[in-house]
Amino acid sequence: MIENIDSALVDWSRAQFALTALYHWLFVPLTLGITFIIAFMESLYVKTGDPEWKKITKFWMTLFGINFAIGVATGIILEFEFGTNWSNYSWFVGDIFGAPLAIEGIMAFFMESTFIAVMFFGWNKVSKKFHLLSTWLVAIGSNLSALWILVANGWMQNPVGMHFNPETARNEMLNFWEVLFSPIAINKFLHTITSSYVLASVFVIGVSAWYLLKGRELLLAKRSIIIAAIFGLLSSLFLIYTGDGSAYQVAQKQPMKLAAMEGLYNGTEGAGLIMIGMLTPGKEINDNKEEYVFKFEIPKLLSFLSYGDANAFVPGVKNIVEGGYEIIDKDGNTQIALSAIEKIEKGKLAISALSEFKKAKEAENIELQEESLITFRENFKYFGYGFLNDPNSIIPNVPITFYSFHLMVGLGFLFIFLFAVVLILIFREKLIEKKWLLRALVFTTPLAFIASLSGWVVAEVGRQPWTIQDLLPTVASVSQIDASAVQITFWLFTVVFTALIIAELKIMFKQIKIGPNEGGH
Amino acid sequence: MFESLSHLLLQQYWWIIISFLGAILVFLLFVQGGQTLIYTLGKTDMERRLIINSLGRKWEFTFTTLVTFGGAFFASFPLFYSTSFGGAYWVWMLILFAFIIQAISYEYRSKPNNVYGAKTYEVFLIINGVLATILLGTAVASFFTGSEFSVSEMNFSKWEGAARGLELALNPHNLSLGLAILFLSRVLAILYFMNNIDDENIFTRAKKQLIINAIPFVLFFLVFVIWLMFIDGFAYDPISKKVSYESYKYLHNFLQMPLVLIAFLSGVLLVLFGIGKSILKVSTNGIWYSGIGTVLTVLALFLIAGFNNTAFYPSTFDLQSSLTIENASSSKYTLKAMSYVSLMVPFVFAYIWYTWRLINNKKISAEEMSEDIHIY
Ligand code: HDD
Ligand code: HEM
Ligand code: HEM
Repeated sequence: MIENIDSALVDWSRAQFALTALYHWLFVPLTLGITFIIAFMESLYVKTGDPEWKKITKFWMTLFGINFAIGVATGIILEFEFGTNWSNYSWFVGDIFGAPLAIEGIMAFFMESTFIAVMFFGWNKVSKKFHLLSTWLVAIGSNLSALWILVANGWMQNPVGMHFNPETARNEMLNFWEVLFSPIAINKFLHTITSSYVLASVFVIGVSAWYLLKGRELLLAKRSIIIAAIFGLLSSLFLIYTGDGSAYQVAQKQPMKLAAMEGLYNGTEGAGLIMIGMLTPGKEINDNKEEYVFKFEIPKLLSFLSYGDANAFVPGVKNIVEGGYEIIDKDGNTQIALSAIEKIEKGKLAISALSEFKKAKEAENIELQEESLITFRENFKYFGYGFLNDPNSIIPNVPITFYSFHLMVGLGFLFIFLFAVVLILIFREKLIEKKWLLRALVFTTPLAFIASLSGWVVAEVGRQPWTIQDLLPTVASVSQIDASAVQITFWLFTVVFTALIIAELKIMFKQIKIGPNEGGH
Repeated sequence: MFESLSHLLLQQYWWIIISFLGAILVFLLFVQGGQTLIYTLGKTDMERRLIINSLGRKWEFTFTTLVTFGGAFFASFPLFYSTSFGGAYWVWMLILFAFIIQAISYEYRSKPNNVYGAKTYEVFLIINGVLATILLGTAVASFFTGSEFSVSEMNFSKWEGAARGLELALNPHNLSLGLAILFLSRVLAILYFMNNIDDENIFTRAKKQLIINAIPFVLFFLVFVIWLMFIDGFAYDPISKKVSYESYKYLHNFLQMPLVLIAFLSGVLLVLFGIGKSILKVSTNGIWYSGIGTVLTVLALFLIAGFNNTAFYPSTFDLQSSLTIENASSSKYTLKAMSYVSLMVPFVFAYIWYTWRLINNKKISAEEMSEDIHIY
C-alpha cells in the first residue's frame, strides 16, 4: 500500500506543513483575541458616546486589519495542503475531516469577511448599533472558525464517532455529535481561544506601555491597558483551567505524548510534576543515563493531575514501548498494556486482512471475505502500527516536546503575574512612574507569541509519528510526489511568507508610531 | 428532511451545491479581472485608488468562496480532493501562491513603510488576476478533457504526468476555457466599475475597453464550447459502473437534460445582453445581467460534467480510475449531515446581500476617499 515511500518526501512534507501552520499561527491568535477587545471598546463608545472611545476603537482596528490580511494569506494554503501534500490522509479520513472544514467556510469565514466590510467601511453608512453588531459578529465569526478547525484537529488526536469501511478503505462518520463534542475537541477549543485572549491582551498592553514610556497617547494607553489587563487576567484563570483539562485529556488518550511532555522515560507511581528541569542530552530509551540533569518537581502532582489519584502509575516512554503494565480500559476493566512490537504485529495482521478481503471480494469468495473481516476487526485498533517497523518509532521527539511544554506553562504563569501587577498599579495611578516595568511589558509582547506557538509544538510534535492517533502514521499520509517538488515549494513558502512578514511588521510598527490621530491610512 | 433521500440523490444534491459554488466563484472572479485593468482604466493616482478601493470591498468574497468551494468539495467528494490537489500539485500551488500575494496587497498597498512600494502590490494584484483566472479555467476544463492518474483498490491515487498538472494548463482545449474566463472576468469587472465608480473618465475608458475584451471572450468561449460538443466524453454505466468513451457525450447531456440546456443558453444570452446593453446605451446595470448569466452558464457546464452518468473527473490514463459523483463521494451519513449544514447557505446569502446593499448604496467617489474611513 505504501511500499516505497521516500523518507525525504515525508520529512519535507512535514517541514512544509509545520512551516505554513506556524506562520498562520503567528497571526491567528491575535485576531481571535483582539476582535473581542475591539468589541468591548466599541461597546463603551456606543454606551458613553465619548468620541475618545471611537478613536481608540479605530486605532486597534487598524492594527487588526494589518494582522488580519496576512492571517488570511497564510490560511488559504493550509486549507488546500491537506489535499496537495497529504492526499492519502485526505482520502482515509476525508469523510469525517472534510465536514468541519466545509462548515468553517460556510459558517465562519463568510460571517467574518462580510461583517469586516461593514466594520471597516460602514462607519458613515450604517447606524451605530448596526456597526457595533457587526464588530461583535466579526469577533464571534473568527472564534467560530477556530471552533471548527479545532474540532478537526481534536479528532486527529483522538478519533471518535466513526468506523472503518473496508469496502471503500476509509474511515466513515457514524456520529457527527460525537465528533463535535469530543472532550478533546472541546478542551482544545476552549484552551486555544482563551490562550489567544491572553496573547491579544499582552499585545495591547505591550503597545500601550510603549506609548506610556514615550509619554504619548496617555488616555488611549491607560484605557486600553485597563480593558486588556482585566480581560487578560480573567482569560488567564480560565486558561490554566483548560490547560489542565488538556493535559488530563492527553494523559487519557495519548500517554506517549504526556510522557514526552514530562521527559518521563521510566514510569512510576506517585509521579511528580516537573516545574523546572533539564533533560540529559542524548538520552536514549535503553541507556542507563539519568533522565534529568536537574529537576525541581512537586511530588505526586503529575499522577494526581493525570488520573485524579496521587499514587496512580504514570507510564514513561520505556513502559509504553515495552508494555506489561496495568491499564484500565474504557469499560473499567484492568488490562495489561501491549508492547509496541505486539501492536505492530497486530497492525500488520489488520492490513493484510484488509487486502485479503479485497482479493476475496474480487474472487467473490464470501467465506474468505467474512473470515478476513473478522481478523481485520479484531486488530483494527492497531491498524496504524502496521505501517511501522521499528518499535522505537512510536516515540516523538522528547526534548522538543518537553521544553516547549515547560516554556508555555512557565510563560502562562508569568502573564498572570503581570496582569495582576499592571492592574494594581494602574488603579493606584502608579504605572507611568515604573519605567522598568513598562519596558518589561514591551519586551513581554513577543513572549506571548512564543508561548502560543510552543503550545502547538507540544500538541503536534508530541503526537508524532501519528497523523491520526494509532490509525495513520505520517509516513502513510503523504501524497506521492517527488520530494524535490515539495522541497521547492517549501523554500518558496519560506521566502514568500518571510517577505510578507517583514512588510507586516514594518507596517505595524509604523502605524503604532503614527498613533491614532492619522486615521486608518 | 434529508433522512429519506437515497445516497444517489444526496450525491446529486451535493454536486448541485458544488456546481453552484463554482458558478458563483467564476462570477466573483470579476475582482481578479478588475485587478488586471488597474493601469488600463486608471491613469491617475486617484483613479487607481478608486478602482482598487472599489475592488477592495469585494475581494474577500471571492477569496472566501474559493476556500469554501475547496472545503465543500473535500467534505462531499473527498476522492476528488485527494486526487486532484495531490496530483495536479503544481497547478494548485501556483493558484494558491497567486491568492497568497493577493490577500495582503489591498491592505498593504497604501500603508506607509510598506517596504516594497505601492507598485509591487499592484503587480501582485495583476499576477493574481491573470494566473487565477486562466489556471482555474484550465482546471475546470480538465473535468471534460481528463487527466492522467490512477486510483488503487485502496482508493489511494497516483498522478502519472511528470508535469504535475502543468500539462493541463498547456492543453489547447483547456486553455481556450482559461482564456475565456480571463476575458470574461475583465468584462464583468468593466461592467462592475460602470456600476460602482462615480468617475467620468473611468466610465468612458471602461466603455471603450468593454468591446475590446468582449470580442476575445466570445471567441475563446465559442472555441471551447464548439470543441466540447464534438469531443468524446466519459460516460459510465449506472449498473456495472464501468467507464467508457461516448461520442458527443456532452452534446447528448445537453439534449438529454433540456433544463440544463435552457439554463446554458439563457445564461449565454444574458451575458451577451448585459454587454450589449452597456455598449449601446448609457447603462450601469449590465453587471446584473451578465453576472446572473455567468452563474447560469457555469452552473450548466458543471452539471453536464457530472450528471447523466458522466465521470466528472476522468482519467485518460486508466478509464476505470475516473471519478464519478458516485464513487468519489462521502458516505451517506456525512452527506446527510452536511446537507443540514447546507440549509444555512441561503441565510448566508441573505446577510451578504443585505450588507452589500448597505455598503454599496452609493457609488464610490473621490470624495469618499478623503473621508475618515478605512482606505486602501
Ligand atoms: C498564550 C499561549 C498559551 C499559554 C500561556 C498556555 N497555553 Fe497551553 N496551548 C496553547 C497556548 C497556550 C495553544 C496554542 O492554544 C495549544 C496548542 C494546541 C492546543 O490545543 O492549544 C496549547 C496546548 C496545550 C497542551 C497540549 C494539548 C494537546 O496536545 O492536545 C497542554 C497539555 C497545555 N496546552 C497545557 C497548558 C497549561 C497547563 C498552561 C498553564 C498555564 C498552558 N497550557 C498555557
Ligand atoms: C495553526 C496552528 C497549528 C500549528 C502551529 C501547527 C503546528 C504543526 C507542526 C509544528 C507540525 C509538525 C509536526 C512534526 O512533523 O513534527 C504539524 C503537523 C501537522 N498538523 Fe498541525 N498545527 C496547527 C494546527 C493544525 C490543525 C488545526 C490541524 C488539523 C485540523 C493540523 C494538522 C496537522 C497535520 C495534518 C500535520 C502533518 C502531519 C504530521 O506531521 O503530523 N494542524 N502541525
Ligand atoms: C491546519 C488547519 C487550518 C486551516 C486549513 C486553516 C484555513 C484558513 C483559511 C483558508 C483562512 C482564510 C479564510 C478567509 O478566506 O478569510 C484562515 C484564516 C483564519 N484562520 Fe485558519 N486555518 C487553520 C488553522 C487555524 C487554527 C488552528 C485557527 C484557530 C484556532 C484558525 C483560525 C483562523 C482565523 C481566526 C482566521 C481569520 C483570519 C486571520 O487569521 O486573521 N486557523 N484559515
